Amino acid sequence: MESVFGRYRNLVILVFALFLQVIALGVQVHRTTDTEPTRLIRVWVVSAVTPFEKAIVWVQSGTASLWHNYFYLRGVRQENRDLKAEIQRLRLEQVRLNQDAEQARRLQSLLGFREQYISKTVPAQVIGSSGSEQSRVVYIDKDKNDGVKTGDAVITVDGIVGKVSRVLPGTSQVLLINDQTSGVGALLSKSRLQGVLRGTPAGEVILEKVMSDETVQAGENVVTSGGDRIFPKGLPVGVVTRVSQGPDLFLNIRVKPAANLSKLEEVLVVTNVKEMQPAQQQTGPVRAIDILTDRLPSVPEKPAQDPSKPPVAGSAAVSPNTKPGIGANANVIAKPGDMGLAAKNGSAPAVAKPQSTTAQGGTSPLAAASSNGTSNSSAPTDAGTPKPQVEPASNKPAASSANGTSKNSGLAVVKPATEQKPAPPAVKISEKTLSTGSAAQPAGNSVKPTGGQAKPASTAVNPPAKPKPQPQTQPTAQPAMPEPPPQ
Amino acid sequence: MPLTYTSQDQIEVYRFSVGFTIVVPLIAVFLQAFIPLKVQFFSIFDLPLLVVIFFAVARRSQVAGLLTGSIIGLLQDSLTHQPIGVYGIAKTVVGYGASSLGVKIDVENAGARFLVVLFFYVIHEIVYFMVARGLVGLTLEWSWAHELGSAFANAILAVGLFALLDRFKQRT
Repeated sequence: MESVFGRYRNLVILVFALFLQVIALGVQVHRTTDTEPTRLIRVWVVSAVTPFEKAIVWVQSGTASLWHNYFYLRGVRQENRDLKAEIQRLRLEQVRLNQDAEQARRLQSLLGFREQYISKTVPAQVIGSSGSEQSRVVYIDKDKNDGVKTGDAVITVDGIVGKVSRVLPGTSQVLLINDQTSGVGALLSKSRLQGVLRGTPAGEVILEKVMSDETVQAGENVVTSGGDRIFPKGLPVGVVTRVSQGPDLFLNIRVKPAANLSKLEEVLVVTNVKEMQPAQQQTGPVRAIDILTDRLPSVPEKPAQDPSKPPVAGSAAVSPNTKPGIGANANVIAKPGDMGLAAKNGSAPAVAKPQSTTAQGGTSPLAAASSNGTSNSSAPTDAGTPKPQVEPASNKPAASSANGTSKNSGLAVVKPATEQKPAPPAVKISEKTLSTGSAAQPAGNSVKPTGGQAKPASTAVNPPAKPKPQPQTQPTAQPAMPEPPPQ
Repeated sequence: MPLTYTSQDQIEVYRFSVGFTIVVPLIAVFLQAFIPLKVQFFSIFDLPLLVVIFFAVARRSQVAGLLTGSIIGLLQDSLTHQPIGVYGIAKTVVGYGASSLGVKIDVENAGARFLVVLFFYVIHEIVYFMVARGLVGLTLEWSWAHELGSAFANAILAVGLFALLDRFKQRT
């Protein structure tokens, strides 16, 4: 026996070493739970490696900071100007988004929804990785002393990154979303289809559990669904890049992550998420266009035009009921195409407030205009330009503009219909009409001049029998027909 | 006389100082964890594996080779989120095999080193694949093109790296 052991000593040691590791591996696989304490060897190795990583990252970031903050300042002024312009634009957009968010909160409050809010985040720097293609984790320089705990979501400004899988002394391990053992509840932003986001062995990200009879388009955005109780709902995940038939009646949806997972430097750890019911504002909803028109100087009223004369090309005829648009004197710096502000410069047409809101399906004029984003100073497009509600009664103006939009200038004209009888005081657009912009579009032309009398379209416009009181939760667009000027 | 960690009384057996024996694997693990953050392409390399092969071939001791492979593999496992031992088993096998080969043939020239690393990289990946799928239950995709490409890249890197590490060899 001794001779056999002596003869095959090396082989026996090999088998023994392998046997020990296999047994240890089996025990770990069997006992793997989230509450399992971290093994000492991990703590030792990570504690030995991370100080060097931190030191290198510190030196590197310090050098880069010194260079960029004190030496390499080329183009900073231009960048500053661009950023200021961007701030102006974003402020304007914020007004619109606040309005939309407030409306959403109000509706959620009515329905008793509870929503998750990110209440605290901890910025962290990525200092290391696993170094393995089969284990896609990174290490950050924050630990439990900074409030980081296992299961916290890790995000960047671009999108989600992963979750904290281990908290070690001086560092934390973050499991990336493209690791094959990760799973994130996600949904497609347009179709609202829910699925599970997983990583592949090759490091790609796929959305699973979407039935194959559903239609998913490439380019659709993917956001978190909140179903995993880790990531709050609505955080950007990525964009669908490819859709193919997968196994077992499910689609194989490839997603390009919004965050660049291969170039992570700084991340945010979501250390606190509050779940609460959205509070309804006491002041009631204020529309973006109302805020803007209140802040901007108004256009003096013009005297009543002779209805027999055609409108002057290049100028917008404003009905007495029409407030000046944001573009009339808007002090807004925006690039063409940004937000699609139809009236973002001085020569843009005035916006007929209620009508334009109606025509775009209940969204604010900014949102309505942003749907095309192709307006320019000389010829705003029809989509971005509010349509007049009333067509001219006479044929002469109709020849110049079939739908109330001047062909020469492309400007919206709301012309007083002198030959019409006084219009009803208010016309309520049905919600069905408001729900789709295309359906609402004919509303502008739905009042046909039949025999000199404006008749509301039967499908799009409710009969103006009684002016109803407006409930607060109704869609923002409660248009009123432009009142004709006194004859 | 420096402390040494070897060896077998055979020809062409080398020894290394204790400091070198400890520091080089740690540096390899550190670089393997840090560089892919800056250069993603670097993740196809396996510096700890190259160090295992270098020590195993130079010492020509099977026990030393498998122990070196086991320790370095466990260090590498500790930085992942997977159970500890997957890399450990794979590198134990490679350490034993490389030292066994080093006993039989001369692997001092660049061509032989290139082929040895090419061969043992594939062996390492096969063992890793089997352990990860069979014991841990990971879903891995085997791609010969990827594995051979990585093996080729590692072999090229190994030729240069081994030449650098040769400077620290001490003859017995």
